[in-house]
Amino acid sequence: MAKLTLDDLRKMRAEKKQIMALRDSENKDVHIVVGMGTCGIAAGAKATFGAIVDAIAEKGLTNVMVRQTGCMGLCYSEPTVEVVVPGMPPIIYGNVTPEVANEIVEEHVLGKRLLDNLICDKPAIDIMDNKGN
Amino acid sequence: MAFKNYLLVCGGTACDSSKGIELTDELRKEIDAAGLKDDVQIVRTGCLGFCEKGPIVKVLPEDTFYVSVKPEDAKELVQEHLVKGRIVDRLLYNHEQGKSLVTVEGIDFYQKQFRIVLRNCGVIDPDKIDDYIARDGYAGLEKALFEMTPEQVIDEVSRSGLRGRGGAGFPTGKKWSFAAAQPKGEKYMVCNADEGDPGAYMDRSTLEGDPHSVLEAMAIAGYAIGASKGYIYIRAEYPLAIRRLETAIEAAREYGLLGEKILNSDFDFDIELRLGAGAFVCGEETALLASIEGNRGMPRPRPPFPAVKGLWDKPTVINNVETLANIPVIISKGADWFNKIGTADTRGTKVFALTGKVNNTGLIEVPMGTTLREIIFEIGGGIKDGREFKAAQTGGPSGGIIPREFLDTPIDFGSLSKIGSIMGSGGLIVMDDTDCIIDIAKFYLEFTVDESCGKCSPCRIGGRKLQNYLSRISDGRGQLKDIENMQKISEAMTRASLCGLGQTASNPVQSSLKYFMDEYLEHINDRKCRAGKCKKLITYTITDKCIGCTVCTRHCPVAAITGTVKEKHVINQARCIKCGICYEKCKFDAITRS
Ligand SMILES: Cc1cc2nc3c(=O)[nH]c(=O)nc-3n(C[C@H](O)[C@H](O)[C@H](O)COP(=O)(O)O)c2cc1C
Ligand code: SF4
Ligand code: SF4
Ligand code: FES
Repeated sequence: MAKLTLDDLRKMRAEKKQIMALRDSENKDVHIVVGMGTCGIAAGAKATFGAIVDAIAEKGLTNVMVRQTGCMGLCYSEPTVEVVVPGMPPIIYGNVTPEVANEIVEEHVLGKRLLDNLICDKPAIDIMDNKGN
Repeated sequence: MAFKNYLLVCGGTACDSSKGIELTDELRKEIDAAGLKDDVQIVRTGCLGFCEKGPIVKVLPEDTFYVSVKPEDAKELVQEHLVKGRIVDRLLYNHEQGKSLVTVEGIDFYQKQFRIVLRNCGVIDPDKIDDYIARDGYAGLEKALFEMTPEQVIDEVSRSGLRGRGGAGFPTGKKWSFAAAQPKGEKYMVCNADEGDPGAYMDRSTLEGDPHSVLEAMAIAGYAIGASKGYIYIRAEYPLAIRRLETAIEAAREYGLLGEKILNSDFDFDIELRLGAGAFVCGEETALLASIEGNRGMPRPRPPFPAVKGLWDKPTVINNVETLANIPVIISKGADWFNKIGTADTRGTKVFALTGKVNNTGLIEVPMGTTLREIIFEIGGGIKDGREFKAAQTGGPSGGIIPREFLDTPIDFGSLSKIGSIMGSGGLIVMDDTDCIIDIAKFYLEFTVDESCGKCSPCRIGGRKLQNYLSRISDGRGQLKDIENMQKISEAMTRASLCGLGQTASNPVQSSLKYFMDEYLEHINDRKCRAGKCKKLITYTITDKCIGCTVCTRHCPVAAITGTVKEKHVINQARCIKCGICYEKCKFDAITRS
């Protein structure tokens, strides 16, 4: 990638915003995001990440994108995983062991049912969605 | 097929104990009765962080937040909200105050947290610069370079009211203006990512979750003060943060956001990492500079301040990670936006690492002016195991112990120092009635004594003395005059130590003496530790209630308990290490602690 000019940066920002808004060009409309800070990794987030990727491969799902992110702040319930499925509210699950990860793919992504007893709340409002952005 | 609505019913401990389970059953019944079984899914969740107003019910996708919902309310909630699509006003948060809130985007927000510093943590992939750019990343740098002069950047930061988050709360704009005022030539921008407080991990998480925000801020600061070189001083114990920073720096260079002629402008700026070995004193700015220069990390007297004479005697600005993470937002959204958040004393937000005896430990960010009560009982979900709140410690080893009468103090730099603590970098440790104040003070003193660099005697000798007094008191050998001596030493340390470490090391002692004198007196006069933490002051004995179940014998780690089955057992006091395991394991209350 060549060095950016001001115009390149602006153009790129506009483009990438769309992707962040989950209208992915590769038709991946389901997003699963795993918290991979030190706290998450210490609690086993790597195994969780692996289990999700495996479950998706096993079910032959092509519309799911798995990403990593930093600490969501819910350290008491690491590993945490956010699941965004079109037509369903975005959900954060806590204490996601590899078994729970399988359930997420099976129940939430395929069955469109939320899992009981594992949901955590989104910890804060997002300043990017606020006016002033 | 997806459901039309999801009812999230809080299944946290607090909500459950105020009839949350009955509520769930009622809601389920009402939904069945209304024939909505296939349209609505009921889900139980973990604590939603609002225990004081439990039970909580949240309706998705509208995101309506109902509080104090009783089982009797189930019918109305289902009929009105789910069948007719009308919000049940009387169950909304703040209904009493006449300013009901409906959703997150409403006028006010029910969620206590507000994320500026952590805006991208948990949202973007920290290894992807594109993710950061998509969330308005590098928009602040862009604006600074192409629409503002360096003076205007400094002015914007000054007007925002941002104060340094590394502990001292020095106005950031002012610091930058000092360095900018120095004659042109070599200058440096340094990011302090040493974060040595026990229990603190705000800066680590910020760097791990959003490394570019700090890089962008350093470039903006470099432009403002006229520096073209930056250093991030980070402890080697943070391997993940280091790796993510390295990836980020590499990516920023590739895009031309670091290096020569940034975005084709005339501005050059690059950043290098410097790894610290992890000494607490190296977080102090002059010691940190010495360490970057390759010398032993020891503080030196100020003035001259680093802004005048810093790295290699050149003007240098040192800012904390969290301070810096605010900068891109301040520049892109403007000082007026930032100025509206927080209190008159301190603008903006603060990130805390909430740990200790609270249910929801974690990383939180709240507007300045939030109270300890809101943090501990709403965001933190209250005290673990339903125990009693005793005290909170802010500012780590340099901070003070805050008793319950100050739970409602709005937190900012000024209010915390008024009650004998400090903001510090943001460790927040919550204690309950099983924590002994003397034990806590002793823990912090042990830390500072270990970490003192030894350069000046008030800190080196005073700290050791204080630690000895505390040990004596906790061993039951304390005397009344110890208290007076401790007060004198504390004052001397505060006044005469060379750096912040020694100047603040006695804060845990001073504040605990001020607010918990009764506990000191109890230890000294009655040789008693009410929390049962000071081991030398307690004895465990087995009473006649013992039925000889042998549970204690099996759990005692040092085999101090003897006795035959179905007969009364005895503890060999000489062997007992006072671990308290038997006391907890005995099902018949036959073991007493005194
Ligand atoms: C013993 C001691 C340890 C310190 N540790 C840190 C630290 O880990 N991180 C930090 O940012 N500031 C630390 N400071 C404060 C720094 O000296 C300095 O004030 C700060 O980095 C300035 O940045 P700010 O203006 O952005 O707050 C420490 C100070 C003392 C006296
Ligand atoms: S106050 Fe303590 S840490 Fe600071 S210079 Fe003196 S001896 Fe060293
Ligand atoms: S307190 Fe601990 S060491 Fe002492 S008797 Fe009980 S279990 Fe054994
Ligand atoms: S237990 Fe329900 S909000 Fe905390």
